[in-house]
Amino acid sequence: MSDSCFSLDGASIAFAAGQTILQAAMDAGHYIPHLCFHPELKPHGSCKVCSVRVDGNMMASCTTPARQGMKVESATTEVDDQRRAVVQMLFVEGNHFCPSCEQSGRCKLQATAYELQMTSPHFDHFFPDRAVDASHPDFLLDFNRCILCSLCVRASRDVDQKAVFGLAGRGIGTRLIVNSESGRLGDSDFAATDKAAQVCPVGAILRKRQGFNVPIGQRTYDVAPIRESDRGGPEKR
Amino acid sequence: MNPIAADLKSADMDTPRKPKVRIATTSLAGCFGCHMSFLDIDERLVALLELVEFDRSPLTDIKVCGPCEIGIIEGGVCNAENVHVLRTFREQCTTLVAIGACAINGGLPAQRNHLPLATLLQEVYTTRPGLAHGGIPNDPELPLPLHKVHPLHEVVKVDYFIPGCPPSAEVIWTFLSDLLAGRAPASDRRTIHFD
Ligand code: SF4
Ligand code: SF4
Repeated sequence: MSDSCFSLDGASIAFAAGQTILQAAMDAGHYIPHLCFHPELKPHGSCKVCSVRVDGNMMASCTTPARQGMKVESATTEVDDQRRAVVQMLFVEGNHFCPSCEQSGRCKLQATAYELQMTSPHFDHFFPDRAVDASHPDFLLDFNRCILCSLCVRASRDVDQKAVFGLAGRGIGTRLIVNSESGRLGDSDFAATDKAAQVCPVGAILRKRQGFNVPIGQRTYDVAPIRESDRGGPEKR
Repeated sequence: MNPIAADLKSADMDTPRKPKVRIATTSLAGCFGCHMSFLDIDERLVALLELVEFDRSPLTDIKVCGPCEIGIIEGGVCNAENVHVLRTFREQCTTLVAIGACAINGGLPAQRNHLPLATLLQEVYTTRPGLAHGGIPNDPELPLPLHKVHPLHEVVKVDYFIPGCPPSAEVIWTFLSDLLAGRAPASDRRTIHFD
């Protein structure tokens, strides 16, 4: 540990050399909304939900290294308005019908929307045509709900050493692909014990036959808001 | 009685009686679940009726929406008649409120958006087993279905959204109490639910 500090909404946050703003903030017990970040995986900086104003500029806090004396603004109306717009875009780009989703109440996208007081998707829906891959005996892969956070890609590649998942295409054409001859999850070496089976923040990689083991209304984020469970410490699902 | 309604009522006693706030409600491509949840405010409905009167609504059976302070719509837009009713509500109501998942993102009816309309109609009316095979209904009085189901905000400007499938009676009551007391309805993250 060094005794370097930066300011987060006026609070003094100590950081170790090499830490990012988000890592230091979470270690200090502060919540900055985020979706594509996982404390055990290399940051990707793609969802932009963790954006903060750093000495006047908007930066992704998960990839911006902490620097001595920097002034970081996170919990401001302006920053939260921009985060909400990003989350609204994620909703309209996919097909998120929460009332029929097994992940409802445990979903980080949904819980982050609650946190940002999002009451409507605001934008026009894309209603994209996307498939469901039910070929794996233990897992369902529902592309309708994938937010392309790449957590499964990083977990499978860097922790499981399997590279089951990848992101293909560019921009709006970006999509999740499965590394198997047929492109189906059931034909890959994906297994329930994989780290990649545990990191999906939404209802895209779902364990079969468990969806309704906890009633709606009693699930993770029904009980406590995401800001309480997602400010450091072990992953809760 | 809710303290807000009580406040409003006692304030009213000293001043000449204010005209009641007119509210219209309707269900477009919805299941009436949001209306049922609204009725779950139970006896508070009596307190509410001292402050408001209903225009077009399943509660009154008035068929055409007149000038109103508040319009509340459940359900998305799935056919030409829905578009017409929604536009009339927008013209007649000062404040328009979208209530429930279907009004906000299309909800369950929008799950048909991934299937061609012709295929759907054929499946439902001609090819499905056990049908009388009367053919796809074609009466000129039937509103034509839209190609896709849309949430309300894609057709008109919506002032407030109450998410939930359906939102609870508490959430609906708190929202109405705020609106009737002249406050901007607060969206507390603990009361926002999409399911
Ligand atoms: S993945 Fe999350 S946001 Fe999407 S439908 Fe499921 S619960 Fe809702
Ligand atoms: S499947 Fe889940 S973990 Fe993988 S990219 Fe999509 S949202 Fe992220």
